[in-house]
Amino acid sequence: MTICLTNTAKTFPDGTRALLPTDLTVETGEIVSLLGPSGCGKTTLLRIIAGLEDPDRGGKILFEEDDVTTLPVERRKVGMVFQSYALFPNMSVRANIGYGLKMQKLSKSEINARVTEVMEMCQLEKFSTRSIDALSGGQRQRVALARAIAPRPRLLLLDEPLSALDASMREALRDELAVLLRKFKITAIFVTHDQDEAMAIADRVAVMSNGHIVQSGTPEELYRNPNSPFVAGFVGNAMHLEGKRVGKMLELEGGRQKLPFDGSGYFVYVRAEDVQIDDTGSLSGEVETITFLGTHYRIGIKGIIPNVLTSIFVGQRAPEIGSKIKVNIKPETLMLLPEGVA
Amino acid sequence: MNNSNIKILQISVTLIACAFLFVPMILSVMAGVTANYFQGVSSGLTFKWVFQVWELYAESIFLSLGLAIACLISTLIIGLPAAYGLARHPGWLSRILEEFISLPLAVPGLALALALLQLYGSMKGFRISWTFILVGHVLYTLPFMVRSILAVLASMDLKTLEEGASTLGASPWQRFRDIVVPNAMPGILAGSLTVVTLSIGEFNLTWMLHTPYLKTLPVGLADSYASMRLEIASAYTLVFFIIIVPLLMAMQWASARAQRIAQ
Repeated sequence: MTICLTNTAKTFPDGTRALLPTDLTVETGEIVSLLGPSGCGKTTLLRIIAGLEDPDRGGKILFEEDDVTTLPVERRKVGMVFQSYALFPNMSVRANIGYGLKMQKLSKSEINARVTEVMEMCQLEKFSTRSIDALSGGQRQRVALARAIAPRPRLLLLDEPLSALDASMREALRDELAVLLRKFKITAIFVTHDQDEAMAIADRVAVMSNGHIVQSGTPEELYRNPNSPFVAGFVGNAMHLEGKRVGKMLELEGGRQKLPFDGSGYFVYVRAEDVQIDDTGSLSGEVETITFLGTHYRIGIKGIIPNVLTSIFVGQRAPEIGSKIKVNIKPETLMLLPEGVA
Repeated sequence: MNNSNIKILQISVTLIACAFLFVPMILSVMAGVTANYFQGVSSGLTFKWVFQVWELYAESIFLSLGLAIACLISTLIIGLPAAYGLARHPGWLSRILEEFISLPLAVPGLALALALLQLYGSMKGFRISWTFILVGHVLYTLPFMVRSILAVLASMDLKTLEEGASTLGASPWQRFRDIVVPNAMPGILAGSLTVVTLSIGEFNLTWMLHTPYLKTLPVGLADSYASMRLEIASAYTLVFFIIIVPLLMAMQWASARAQRIAQ
């Protein structure tokens, strides 16, 4: 189902502008992630789409051709997975999953069949009669997903679906969730503050900051062509090369760096994998930290920019802490982002 | 050596405290089944007095039970939505309201009764009806019901649970029925048992509000002490115990359970 939001904003009674007027279109079957730091308005936007929050006057929400702006949440036919899962403690796993079907007044046998089907998809057969209290975090997350999916909603909304899990489980469940969402073939919007999560699950990511969408695109687009320093920093942790721009040169603390074109009016950003430790490099610094990460080292270099410049080093032997090194950055890998864009 | 002395001391203190509590009760109950109190137990044991209590005061027992049930229904009808409202809209206004509902706890029953008499005393039909006593009991027990339910509701994320149900298509009424009430059940149960126990045992307020034709169980007890033989009064105590003790125990159990959930 295509979802189309126009001019949707939210001002809370205390005057906080949680969401500035925003337009967003989600195509049928698309999995879109709203990514941003806490307080950027992503959850508010999701809740407006769900119908749990009313947008300010002038906003309009279309599900296909239906204007659902004033439709109460219980009639929007959306499925939602909450951050805390919001499973009903007074019901078993089965009853939780069947609740939405019961609300649709389906026959007992049909409810049973559908619940069994969804439980199989989410690998929950073993837990059917358990109470919610007797489930682990990951199992709860799957029950919440199964419950949201069972009534066959037009749209699935997920609010930080993995943030309540501990780090070791999050990664495994992230891939599992990506597979499940595609298996359901459902239009989905999910909110996260974790860029890895957004990249791994979503077809398209909308990066949000201070109540508006800064940039929206595929994970690759956002990573390779960020439109602003915020996106560059938030997606893939690009580092700002702070220095004086003189024509096609950038003067840094640790030397001069060539730019691909005249840098006036632009901020210069670089990603850690493009910072190469190379004896022929034009920048010189000193190794401050070394972190061994199995496949590579992450090396913190001081003396090139006011902050630490991080480099990904894939060689067998990392330079020692304190040693003087040369750094090379290819001009074409630099990201020049216009100043004055948030 | 020293340790065992302390242990002996502990046990003795406990036993003395128990005796302090139980001996009067046991004596009273024994008196109720003794043929002649002044001759002592040697005069033989009998249920005569208990039957006499039944003959004289059966009406009081039924009145009290009826009142307790009516009081329970009233406090549930008022208290459940009230607690729900307070839990759903936390804030300074809710806190003031909660304190206001709890006022009857702080005001002595006598003062409460006096206020009711001043307000409704001139309405003859109401004044002599059992519903007059009911109003007093509801005022007095309502805070226990509200607080008990509120404690359980406040311990869970009611708002999100309801939002969850709403996204699954549940209307506000269905959410209340399927989510709020079942999850509040431990609090409702604890509150109900407290209300029933308090209503059956209430004396202060009821003493002021009752008429000669409307004697509740405790009022009847006072009446029997004042006007009957000691054996009948004691047998009455026995009857009172039989009714109130199981309720008290159930109340303890339910409150403990509700508190565990509210943690």
